[in-house]
Amino acid sequence: MRLYAVVAAGQFRRFATYRTATAAGVFTNTVFGFILAYTYVALWDERPQLGGYDMSQALSYVWLGQALLMTCSMMGGGFENELIERIRTGDVAVDLYRPVDLQLWWLAGDLGRAAFHLLGRGIVPMLAGSLAFDLALPSSPGVWVAFLVSVGLGVVVSFAIRYLVALSTFWLMDGAGMAQMSWLAGMFFSGMLLPLTLFPGVLGDVARALPWSSMLQVPADVFLGKYPGWELVGAYAFQAGWALALLLVGRMVQSVATRRVVVQGG
Amino acid sequence: MADTTGAVEVAGAADGPGGRSADWPDAVFAERSRFVEGVRAYGLIAMMWLRSTMAYRASFAMMAFGNFAATAFDFVSILLMFSHVDRLGGYTLPEIALLYGVAGTAFGLADLLLGSMDRLGARVRDGTLDTLLVRPVPVLAQVAADQFALRRLGRVIQGVLVLGYALVALDIEWTPLKVAMMPMMLLSGAAVFGALFVAGAAFQFVAQDASQVQNAFTYGGNTLLQYPPSVFAKDLVRGVTFVVPLAFVNWLPALYVLGRDYPLDLPVWVAFLPPVVAVLCWLPAGLGWRSGLRAYRSTGS
Repeated sequence: MRLYAVVAAGQFRRFATYRTATAAGVFTNTVFGFILAYTYVALWDERPQLGGYDMSQALSYVWLGQALLMTCSMMGGGFENELIERIRTGDVAVDLYRPVDLQLWWLAGDLGRAAFHLLGRGIVPMLAGSLAFDLALPSSPGVWVAFLVSVGLGVVVSFAIRYLVALSTFWLMDGAGMAQMSWLAGMFFSGMLLPLTLFPGVLGDVARALPWSSMLQVPADVFLGKYPGWELVGAYAFQAGWALALLLVGRMVQSVATRRVVVQGG
Repeated sequence: MADTTGAVEVAGAADGPGGRSADWPDAVFAERSRFVEGVRAYGLIAMMWLRSTMAYRASFAMMAFGNFAATAFDFVSILLMFSHVDRLGGYTLPEIALLYGVAGTAFGLADLLLGSMDRLGARVRDGTLDTLLVRPVPVLAQVAADQFALRRLGRVIQGVLVLGYALVALDIEWTPLKVAMMPMMLLSGAAVFGALFVAGAAFQFVAQDASQVQNAFTYGGNTLLQYPPSVFAKDLVRGVTFVVPLAFVNWLPALYVLGRDYPLDLPVWVAFLPPVVAVLCWLPAGLGWRSGLRAYRSTGS
């Protein structure tokens, strides 16, 4: 357990080293936040209460999306590129010799990365947004805590998906195509384009039931107080359920893949 | 033998515009041949990358489709918006599609030709830029053609398709002037975005891992222009008209084609300025690039 905490702290420190890149990222998130916020204002001007959100909730949703974009790696670009490279080159064989669990090792590292990005890339755009627009920020500390738990679960779901993407390299030998398909799905089904409550009919139902909704839609709704009392447990159960299921699948795929590596003598 | 001419070329690039001012005819000749040489080098390097990507055709097809789909999502989200409203900022879907199509195609062209420029910061950091300096080819052409990715054509195709839809769905009274403005918008717009790519790369000589700042102006600018100016705050519109003149990519000329009012009460003739603005954008971008390259000190690793 201590080992994994050290791994997580190490990844946190690693990303904290890139100060210019973080500042540049904050700038980009803020610029995109402004552009999207104005389009949402135009949309909610026409249709107040669209998708069950009022104007300030819709605007909060925009800035939450910018704050969580890197935290939940909705466009990819986390640990998976490294793991893909290690699998492609065969270095992963060395990792498998180590007396640590491969999946937990990468999960710990990704949690450390996510924690840094939440602080480094999340807070400043959110502040900028709340200065320029009237946002619906939760007043009770309990909601903030509940939101952070939901973000944590979202990060695990995101990790579990990207772990599967990386493992596909064992069969495909090139992870680029899968990684791209994965971030396309992440962009579309997380609610990054538009809140999933605006998706029409069956598409909306399906989108809300898929794991990607754990990455933005659910945490944002927790933030906006859409899950009062026991309903919060339901939201957590949805996220945790997907997290566990995907982690288990990842574990199974990993054991099949590692046997394959042994067979190949890699 | 190529090495000797190479040394001369690199010295010329490092000297900048002042280096040859003593002898005018020669200077003009040298500048022109350097440009031709740059374009030729760009073509050769791009062809090399093209051949190498075509070695994995399935992967290329997936990436090109992904590129197409990723940009198409922008338009899907606009379509989803219009499933709830008839107008956005006072504009109908076909009108927004025209703005989107022009911005998307112009940006796609610039991205296809110069999209690799954002890797300059990484090259400065890991020291591989040094390799490009000792080759007898203009550095700008090498950086621009580096990892030339034909899959970026997906973005152009998507923009052209939306533009096609807009032209079919819109009821425009075409005049010869309006017809001529279509290609003018696309080419000038691509040039404006191209200047942004070069200026962004020049900025990365100074701030080495700040490629995201460049993205805010290029990708962010493209996203901004996909919506009508009436959506945005006046100060923002002022900023992209007078400071970073993105408004000339599509807003001002396309609003003329649509017969719409201009933002900020600008006069009608500004719709015909995009080619001039494009040239004006390239002046500071080119100067920035030259001074960045001149100030460049290798990491020494």
